[in-house]
Amino acid sequence: MSETTKQSASRLAPLFERLKGENRAALIPYITAGDPDARTTVELMHAMVGGGADAIEIGVPFSDPMADGPVIQAAHERALKSGLGLRGVIDLVAEFRQRDAETPVILMGYQNPIEAMGVSAFVDKAASAGVDGVLTVDLPPEEADELVAAMGERGMDPIFLLAPTTSAGRTREVASKGSGFVYYVSLKGVTGAANLDTDALAAQLEDIRGACALPVGVGFGIRDAETAGQVGQVADAVIVGSAIVRLIHEQATAAGGVNAQVLETVRGFLAELRSALETART
Amino acid sequence: MPETNSKATVGATGAPVDYASFPDQRGRFGDYGGRYVAETLMGPIEELTAAYEKYRNDPGFIEEFESDLRDYVGRPTALYHAKRLSEAYGAEIWLKREDLNHTGAHKINNALGQALLAKRMGKTRIIAETGAGQHGVATATVAARLGIECVVYMGADDIQRQAPNVFRMRLLGAKVVPVDSGTRTLKDALNEAMRDWVTNVDDTFYIIGTVAGPHPYPMMVRDFQSVIGREARAQMLEKTGELPDQVVACVGGGSNAIGIFHAFLADESVELHGSEAGGDGVETGRHAAPLTAGRPGVLHGNRTYLMEDDNGQIIGTHSISAGLDYPGVGPEHSWLKDIGRVQYAAITDDEAMAAFHEVMRCEGIIPAIESAHAVAHARLLAEERGGQRILVNLSGRGDKDINTVAKLEGIEL
Repeated sequence: MSETTKQSASRLAPLFERLKGENRAALIPYITAGDPDARTTVELMHAMVGGGADAIEIGVPFSDPMADGPVIQAAHERALKSGLGLRGVIDLVAEFRQRDAETPVILMGYQNPIEAMGVSAFVDKAASAGVDGVLTVDLPPEEADELVAAMGERGMDPIFLLAPTTSAGRTREVASKGSGFVYYVSLKGVTGAANLDTDALAAQLEDIRGACALPVGVGFGIRDAETAGQVGQVADAVIVGSAIVRLIHEQATAAGGVNAQVLETVRGFLAELRSALETART
Repeated sequence: MPETNSKATVGATGAPVDYASFPDQRGRFGDYGGRYVAETLMGPIEELTAAYEKYRNDPGFIEEFESDLRDYVGRPTALYHAKRLSEAYGAEIWLKREDLNHTGAHKINNALGQALLAKRMGKTRIIAETGAGQHGVATATVAARLGIECVVYMGADDIQRQAPNVFRMRLLGAKVVPVDSGTRTLKDALNEAMRDWVTNVDDTFYIIGTVAGPHPYPMMVRDFQSVIGREARAQMLEKTGELPDQVVACVGGGSNAIGIFHAFLADESVELHGSEAGGDGVETGRHAAPLTAGRPGVLHGNRTYLMEDDNGQIIGTHSISAGLDYPGVGPEHSWLKDIGRVQYAAITDDEAMAAFHEVMRCEGIIPAIESAHAVAHARLLAEERGGQRILVNLSGRGDKDINTVAKLEGIEL
């Protein structure tokens, strides 16, 4: 790798530093790259930033998304029909970076596409494209040493999950290997699962912060402005996945693709969520 | 569990291998195995590991497992000298009759072991994935006997081709849930069972049917299945006074193969052969032979050989046998391949079907199409070497397959 391809450190730590000053949680939407097609993924990313996204999580399509619920599974299947793979997703991030040098981008996916590409080839290409963090769903810290080391050299953040069943000891291990933020899976189950208990969540976050100094993002079960606002009172970042994927799918199906009106609807939904976060702690 | 007969020996690398010491604490067989699961599953997996460590050497647990294997499953299963088949193949063929087990296959050894563990752990709900339906039937059977709720996930395509087993599971009181995602086969059923487990971890025990999945499953399933090889080894010595020259078993996920191989790993004179599903032939790409034609990757909680494309997407597999139609394989097999202790070969659908008929006509035994792959492999070895003593694991009976066979011959039943 040449010096010129090196990027500066991740955009995530400065983001959370700034938001601490603003006393507000970060809004992090998730979409699956290539759903409904690869051509419009970058436009959707810009629309989400336009609506108030602070960072974007991009799902890498995988044939066996074991930890995802029906909504995101279906998005993976639609994306796979276009033949989009990990290299193609990184190219989309590079395209996004041509018009947006500021917004952090996190890849979220499964380990096998990374292994197939090769860990160091993946990290080089992702860093050069302007990826800030990588969340590998099926790579717990015990198995992640190679990826963590390679990402560290390129200033990218390995992002790990925490769950209600994670012990304090494991939380400390996650805190020592991860950076950027940790992603707290607030519910038992797969992505897109139902109800959220915000009182219980507040207590759980208190426990996590006792063992982990990283910002804590909360995902799973956030579906609208109301739930986003509730979570935004206590979490450092609010991650919204299935609700956005479902919205895009419904709108794009009705419109025969992602057109200007669909982009505006997505932008509007993000603006509602953002507005809920602006007032959540006042 | 009783120790397997795997003392220090010499592997292909020339270094001593203590097979009983694998996997290590992290669930590793060399580079393979491990625990590649979402954080949400780490807690339940740690709970399972602790429970298994507690009970695997517990005399009460071992006694219950062994007495159930004897009185409920019908073990030990026979070791049978297939004389007419031997004559036809030009070798001395011995069949380990796992088809004689209750429910008709080796699957019940493991389903029983895990169900007894679930009971000790206080779990009130059992889930399983199934391909051919044999593991689903075995799980539904032990769940019925223990009075535990049972849900079985099965690919929608497999439900079509294994209708008798679906009905059998329902008669046993299990709920069979069709899986419509992905390739609608075993791998997708496994994904869906994992999703159920992660959602219902408090009361649910997931009985994985093969030697794959995150640690401790590959080790635990191997331990429960290794009774096959312990019996077969003792029976061979008793009946012939010698060990076999070769042991052959079919490999999908690989539980019957690990089960029979394990007792022979330390016997350097014994060649071990695994028969993968060659489908239409490895050269056509339509097969399910990751050890023969795949490469290492990560799926279903472990690192192992997989069938995948250049993007790391798992690709569709093909085999005439639903039980072998899986794009991965147990991690211990990947390791045994790399160190050269076991040789793996792909057996085509046509070769397996020819063996299916030969076993029926020569011996009056209906083999499962899965097991017929191992018989066909033995025939190839016999043709190559001639006259040797070959032990074949007849892992299951083929009553479930007669619709498939009839269809192949254009007959409507």
